Amino acid sequence: MNDLLSLLLGALLVLNLLLASASRLRHCIKLVAIQGVLLGLLSLACAQSSGGHNWQFLLVMILSLLIKGGLLPYLLLYTMRRISVRRELEPVVGYSLSLVIILALTGGAFWLSSITPTAVAHGASPLVLPAALSTISTGLFLMVTRRKAITQVIGFLVFENGISIFGTGMMIHNGLLVELGLLLDIFALVFIMGLAVFNINRSFQHIDTHSLNALGD
Amino acid sequence: MPQNPFFWWAGLITALLLAPLLPGVINKTKACFVGRQGPSLLQPYYNLHKLFRKDCIRSSTSCGPLAWAPGLELSALLLALLFLPYANQLSPFAFTGDAFLFAYLLGLGRFALVIGAMDTGSSFEGMGASREVQFAALTEGAFFAVIGFLAFASRSLNLSEMLSCPLPANVPTVIAAVILAAGIAFIVMLVENSRVPFDDPETHLELTMIHEAMILDYSGPDLGFILYSAALKLWLMTALVVLMLLPGDLASAPVLFILHLLGVLLGGIVIGAVEAVSARFRFLKLPQFLLGALCTALIALALTVIGTGGGR
Repeated sequence: MNDLLSLLLGALLVLNLLLASASRLRHCIKLVAIQGVLLGLLSLACAQSSGGHNWQFLLVMILSLLIKGGLLPYLLLYTMRRISVRRELEPVVGYSLSLVIILALTGGAFWLSSITPTAVAHGASPLVLPAALSTISTGLFLMVTRRKAITQVIGFLVFENGISIFGTGMMIHNGLLVELGLLLDIFALVFIMGLAVFNINRSFQHIDTHSLNALGD
Repeated sequence: MPQNPFFWWAGLITALLLAPLLPGVINKTKACFVGRQGPSLLQPYYNLHKLFRKDCIRSSTSCGPLAWAPGLELSALLLALLFLPYANQLSPFAFTGDAFLFAYLLGLGRFALVIGAMDTGSSFEGMGASREVQFAALTEGAFFAVIGFLAFASRSLNLSEMLSCPLPANVPTVIAAVILAAGIAFIVMLVENSRVPFDDPETHLELTMIHEAMILDYSGPDLGFILYSAALKLWLMTALVVLMLLPGDLASAPVLFILHLLGVLLGGIVIGAVEAVSARFRFLKLPQFLLGALCTALIALALTVIGTGGGR
């Protein structure tokens, strides 16, 4: 039924706000894991409301749950423990201001989707586009305004989750192929980023990316 | 929906009589969670009885507000009680726009307490009053966002119709929005009634009090009035959350009345459970949290607006 779908999308919208205001890294990673799980459930809800191609949606759901809800958060937690960073101190933009900005971005997402004609065209929920755009912009915002490399990885994951919301929610043709490709990419990227973060930490004794600016030529 | 004023009056009288039971339920739940027997459910009634038998001692530095603040707070809350649609029956006193009167009657009650607290000249009370007003200013935004959501969902500015209307079936996203808004109303209720994640009603250190610091100088019947108004306010806000979650066309009036009553008492148990498992937030963290609540309420509003096609 449509109710489950709109409940999930509403929860995803609220998660963005929570992500913007979370200062503990462990908390942040947990939120991303919840986002992954919701994403998996989202494809289940879409399968329910669309009918056809059930096995495809089921496969995407299981893979999302496993990789985004379990494996990636585990990798991030592992990296976090290795480099012993507990919380994001001194973000470029404060947490309260972040909340307001995310709210403004969400409002912008609602406005943008209200002028986009494709949204309701093929029977998708009218909430999919705002939720996806808002999550994408939250991810970008986190990447830009947080200093620690590991938070930027989290921002990247949120960004990618936003793209997946779009793909799953819109029930795009051949979505399965795209989803699987994305999942593989993400897995590889987070793996590499984890190693990179670890190496930055070993060479500089911290993972504040601001000191990388001084590297130049 | 057939209206039955009898059940509305029954709801009002139950609220007046059973309000002190709600803090009792909360304390009992908390005690159960930590494995103690806890005070009797009727303990708040015993406390009130004890206080009303006592004499009243007022500070000699006071110039008046200390004396009339408790009465003003109680009367503001009694007035506010008249506007809720108990058991989803429209209130006979309802008029268009009474949601604002409701919100500001609560505000008037708070103002009375704050003025009374400032009047004593005690530094602790001034501090408590300052904090209370700071958090109230932040909660008001969230509360009005919830009111705005209700007004939009029910197409009415009348608190009774807002809370008692059936769920608009033409809005596909309404369930998500109602759950979000009710969650925010619950948070607003916790802040307004100074419950645990925001304020600790049982703290014994003046520096960490908010609400309790304001009523340090009261004694006897005055304190009794304040405790009774606090219980009424708790009942009022819990009933608000319950009414948001109960659609008006769910059942006949007697069943709704029972559901309403059970819902409020269940609300008490939920508050007790929340208090038992969580610790108080740091003061610095509170404004951020309340801002988040405001943002979430606005998202609930956006969900409804987009569900109805943005009024187009």
